[in-house]
Amino acid sequence: MSTTTQQPQRRLLTSLADTIRSFVSGSRLLRLNAAAMPTAAALLIFVVLVTFGQVQYGGIVELGTISSLFINNAYLIILAVGMTFVILTGGIDLSVGSVVALSSVAGVMLANAGVNPWIAVLVMIAIGTVMGLLAGVLVDRFDVQPFIATLATMFLARGLASMLSTTPERLEADSAILGIATRLTIYDGPGVNDLVVPPSVIIAILTVVVAYVVLHRTRTGRTAYALGASEQSARLMGLPVARTRVLVYVISGSLAGLAAVTYTARLGSAQNVTGIGWELNAIAAVVIGGTLLTGGAGYVLGSLIGALVIALMNLLIIRDGSIPPESTTIITGGMLLVFVLLQRLVIARRRKG
Amino acid sequence: MTQTYSRLRAGLGALAHKPYIWGVLGIVALLIVNVTRDPGYLQISVNPANGYLAGNLLDILRESAPIVMISVGMCLVVATSGIDLSVGSVMAVSGAVAMEFLQAASAPQSTMSAAMALLLALTVSSLLGLVNGVLVAYVRLQPFITTLITMLAGRGLAKVITGGQNTSASSDGLAWIANGRVLGFPVVVIIAIALALLIGYLVRRSALGMMIEAIGINETASRMAGIKPHGLLITVYLLSGLLAGVAGVFSTATVMTVDVSNTGYLLELDAILAVVIGGTALSGGKFSLGGAVVGALLITTLDKTVVFLGVPSAATPAFKAVVIIVICLAQSSRVRALFRDRRGPVRMKERVA
Repeated sequence: MSTTTQQPQRRLLTSLADTIRSFVSGSRLLRLNAAAMPTAAALLIFVVLVTFGQVQYGGIVELGTISSLFINNAYLIILAVGMTFVILTGGIDLSVGSVVALSSVAGVMLANAGVNPWIAVLVMIAIGTVMGLLAGVLVDRFDVQPFIATLATMFLARGLASMLSTTPERLEADSAILGIATRLTIYDGPGVNDLVVPPSVIIAILTVVVAYVVLHRTRTGRTAYALGASEQSARLMGLPVARTRVLVYVISGSLAGLAAVTYTARLGSAQNVTGIGWELNAIAAVVIGGTLLTGGAGYVLGSLIGALVIALMNLLIIRDGSIPPESTTIITGGMLLVFVLLQRLVIARRRKG
Repeated sequence: MTQTYSRLRAGLGALAHKPYIWGVLGIVALLIVNVTRDPGYLQISVNPANGYLAGNLLDILRESAPIVMISVGMCLVVATSGIDLSVGSVMAVSGAVAMEFLQAASAPQSTMSAAMALLLALTVSSLLGLVNGVLVAYVRLQPFITTLITMLAGRGLAKVITGGQNTSASSDGLAWIANGRVLGFPVVVIIAIALALLIGYLVRRSALGMMIEAIGINETASRMAGIKPHGLLITVYLLSGLLAGVAGVFSTATVMTVDVSNTGYLLELDAILAVVIGGTALSGGKFSLGGAVVGALLITTLDKTVVFLGVPSAATPAFKAVVIIVICLAQSSRVRALFRDRRGPVRMKERVA
């Protein structure tokens, strides 16, 4: 990965400041860039959800709740980041949920078989890498449609996970992997209201930051955007289209492996049925965050907001108690649909204007 | 004598050019594997007590009935260069509706209740298909994202309908459809064959089939040629939903219980696989209903064989994923070019579509 590095840190800081400024002045953003409308909408929904939750149920804007929001959804943030890369190029990765299942089952079984836990963690990530590589090669070298290629790897991973084990595999209580979810109290508030940051959350935040730098500050990132906007133009410009297209699936697969690490560490066990429907959550997070499903435009920070919106929504559904938890997928699906429609509207307006 | 021989040869030659010849050969190969394990595998016996035909072949036919239904629907959707990922979930919704209705009905054993349950289940599944169709035809959403949403939201809907329970009911009418026999032959098989023949007759004896293929080749061009794609697209998705509903009734009525998380789970891949094995390319523009039926039979035979050979059934998705990857590779232009170069002149026809 080649960086155009003259003053990387300063550039990063100014661009971060730019992004924050543009988020703050939402109305100016709309005038400047219609594609940013869904991201602005996501931010608005997030603020509305937080306000509504605080007023209706209370205890949302508290260090303890915010900590657990991040702790319980570190995996979703990581998955959404990986999905952002793929969707930016105009592809899709339906395999992430199954890859998490395969990778976590394999990891726990290895760790329990006496393999060094850190090697087990590396193997977990490597399993994701291999599945991503397979999908990427199918898509790029053999012209298989992305959703078919990743549907195939989705079933492959699910089937392999079921071959390994069909019962919950429990990590031994003294396993070092559990350390990834150790709750480090940063600020000891009153009662349970502490700011708690386990390594898993730090991993998730680091993933977002690295992805931000890669997407906005490296050639690889620019190529991903160019590829999604117009493959032909990208090719004519001499950009490494083939390499980048394989790479985004490898990134998504590897991050699914990483998500499996944080999820397994938090839960302490793994099962072959883990992660059913997570691809919808990840796609929804990305789309709600303002990345166009057709590729070429979007923000990885938006995906973070999208993931938080979904996490918060699930939290509010549990807090409310009157909405059956089974309907969560309907609500997520509905939100995804609304945002996809919003995107179509934005694109249609841009074509006219 | 020579005439019979040459006619046989011509017949075999025609069969060899059918798109589904590989499917037929696959079934034969799998059956041979089974026969080597158990020489009596192909035996069909008549149960003297009730005159029922029994045997592994009949089991395969019976179990293939739901898959034949969703494959026929999927085949037409794929021909328009779309995809319907929601069929498995629609099966669960249809089963849930039928079982909930019968459980609440005052006289569940009456034919009237059975008919009402059937009608209600098929209406709800058609509605889900209609939603897909409208979103694809009028809102112009990508088919896979539309049906991905209905796939995941549909599973949630099934759970909401039954309140998360696996509802059981009893109804002689539905049980007869699923387990009954006419002249010793399973009713589900007769219905499935009849429906497949009816649809095949409708699309091939009228211009419908050609119009569907025209949409798959180039929607804009088809509109300019005077075809109205909107109505046809909606019809195709609606039909796919309806057939998935039939499949849902078939598979839940066998045990008179809907398993909201497992009824139809992962069956969308089976349908896609059946369609692709049958020689229908996922890029659309050409379809073979007969091929889809052969594909569905092959998949059921594969399922049965895998279980017969002692592999846990949860692992079958992995085998199917391998099959679909191989088929996608075989269809890709890169692999084809590899073979074409060895076989001599380039066939110009292939890339026109």
